[in-house]
Amino acid sequence: MRNFRKLATAVAAALALAPAAALAQDAAPVKIGIVTFLSGPAASPFGVPARNAAEVVTELLNAGKAPAPYATKGFGGAPIQTVIIDEAGSTTTQVTEYRNLVQRHNVDVVIGYVSSGNCLAIAPVAEELKKLTNFFDCGTARIFEDGSYKYVFRTSPTQTMDSVGAALYVHDAKPKLKSIAGLNQNYAWGQDSWGDFEASMKQLVPKVEVKTSQMPKLFAGQYNAEISTLLGAKADVIHSSFYDGDLEALLLQAAPRGLFKKSTGILSAGETVIHKLAAQIPDGTVIGARGPFGPYAPNNELNRWFSKEFRDRYQVPPTYPSYQMAQAILGVKAAWEKAQAANGGKRPSNEQVAAALEHLSFEGPGGTVKMANGKGHQSIMETAYGMSKVVGGKLTLTNIKRYPAEKVNPPDGVKGADWIASGFKK
Amino acid sequence: MDQIPAVIVDGIFYAAWLFVAAVGMTLIYGVMKIVNLTHGSFYALGAYAAASLTGAWLAKGYPPMLSYGVLLGSAVLVSVIVAPLIERGILRFMYAKDEVVIMLITYALFLILEDTIKLIWGVDPYFIAEPYGLLGSFDVGDLSYPTYNLILVGIALAAGIGLTLLLRGTRIGKLLLTVIHDPEVSRAMGINVDRFYLVTFTFGSMLAAIGGAFTAPTVSVVPGLGVEIIVLSFAVVVIGGLGSLPGAALGAVIVGLVRSATIHYAPEVELFVIYFVMALVLAFRPRGLFSLAEPRKI
Repeated sequence: MRNFRKLATAVAAALALAPAAALAQDAAPVKIGIVTFLSGPAASPFGVPARNAAEVVTELLNAGKAPAPYATKGFGGAPIQTVIIDEAGSTTTQVTEYRNLVQRHNVDVVIGYVSSGNCLAIAPVAEELKKLTNFFDCGTARIFEDGSYKYVFRTSPTQTMDSVGAALYVHDAKPKLKSIAGLNQNYAWGQDSWGDFEASMKQLVPKVEVKTSQMPKLFAGQYNAEISTLLGAKADVIHSSFYDGDLEALLLQAAPRGLFKKSTGILSAGETVIHKLAAQIPDGTVIGARGPFGPYAPNNELNRWFSKEFRDRYQVPPTYPSYQMAQAILGVKAAWEKAQAANGGKRPSNEQVAAALEHLSFEGPGGTVKMANGKGHQSIMETAYGMSKVVGGKLTLTNIKRYPAEKVNPPDGVKGADWIASGFKK
Repeated sequence: MDQIPAVIVDGIFYAAWLFVAAVGMTLIYGVMKIVNLTHGSFYALGAYAAASLTGAWLAKGYPPMLSYGVLLGSAVLVSVIVAPLIERGILRFMYAKDEVVIMLITYALFLILEDTIKLIWGVDPYFIAEPYGLLGSFDVGDLSYPTYNLILVGIALAAGIGLTLLLRGTRIGKLLLTVIHDPEVSRAMGINVDRFYLVTFTFGSMLAAIGGAFTAPTVSVVPGLGVEIIVLSFAVVVIGGLGSLPGAALGAVIVGLVRSATIHYAPEVELFVIYFVMALVLAFRPRGLFSLAEPRKI
């Protein structure tokens, strides 16, 4: 009897403590591995603004100071902890760093990667390690066109959207256009961007002449010969998906030679430099922001909240990599809380969060994000382009045109190149 | 055919930039037998010092035309401070070690200096665009080029001719050639070899810093600037023959012209053309085009 009493007391105590233990387990921090460039030419225009966005957004989320529908503290009440890793170095280094994040730091989610080459290398490793991974910035469409993943997502749009949007804008703005030329970095991002732009222009202007396609290596830094070739080509439009220090060097070297005065420049990732190099960007240059970000972001509550908090903290306006990072974190939060609700309020597993993120539609500071492509793993958004005009020493954007998501992205299951070749058939 | 003048001009500009960046590396190897990977750090330090000091100069409203002197002064200043620290503080204790070990030490120093640069200047880019456009431009056919590019050509010519005259026509140059030939015998003959090493390392590093300083107005000065230049400098120096001044000059001209022609006529192969040239030269001349005869010691 005495033994029965002891057993009953122990069971009662265990039952009484169980909810507390469950609560403690539920309130355990959600560890997010953030990977972005903290050194090298991509750090300043991409990596650091993205890292800053991750810091400000996670802090505000932990404090419960985000607007609806993100007002719950952290992820479903669990505080967010970040482990920030530098993306600089070789692809092999990044794969090793990814394994470290997952196997040593035991992160719950990885959000990161600017480089398309790194995204292509990380995706199969994420799948092997069964770790929810959200690419926040890299643009190559090949990830979900050539592969199918359970744990890998991308909440930012692909380069297909950027290139089709650029072609539509140029076609609208310069209806008499006869020739194009390209200057893009020689790796996945640059090659795919140019490929989609060239193919789109050939659909929109069948007789368009391609004068030259220059493909210098990434971080080459010296572009005198490429600029000479482009000046000699005398194309109506020069398309460039240059970003980071390469874009800055190109503008510094092109400005004294009048390259973008003689041919209209279309810089699909140009928004990151408009605050720093306004004097080097002639009026009439077409500027992209890889989606409805920065100056193209909608005037909604989430954008007002994010841009104000970012500006207050860092004294500069957020550029598109910051928007993409904020969007990536909010997308995972939305999926996490959806999965947690479906799990009876308990902490969801990676598989449950991944299932919740598939085909999810959520709001970000750039507007509505639909996980509509790549079997629900690849987002589509509307996009926008505009033309530069310096007013009082400050670069402004005029003649802004917006293109709905479905007009600049292929249907699910159709490769971007095939969709463009079909004449953008839906 | 109408692109040939542009090919030549673009090739010469690129060759001049490459030679200024690479000549210090070949000089240091020639005298000290060190494959100096801190070369990239000095290139970056020169660029950062120039961006900071020239930026401050222009911001104060001082005469913009004198900014070229500030670019040069920045490179000289940073190299006379940092290079002796490295040579006297670390490298001189390593000269007895194998060449590969010393190269690894310079690689470690390169990594330390990269982080030091980030500590001092952060990761934000620095721009000093004004000197690039200040001198106007000149035309070749219907293409215009910033006159600034001629400054780099001038520096390259001055460095090449000056070093050749120094080595061939002065007492110091002859002593230096003796040190190059045999440091041990030079010491026995009363030559202060350590001082020659210090001066050579400082001067070679200064040339890298000058290359960085005069590149600064044409690029955004960001962390990692010195990485690419090591690879390119090494390619040029290897093509010409390690330690050979005429070799470095010829290597730079070959690389410059081949790269320029490729960009104008076959841009799709530009990515690998420099390394193709290097491989081709090494296949037939494994020690480079102007490899020096190796004395055999008995």
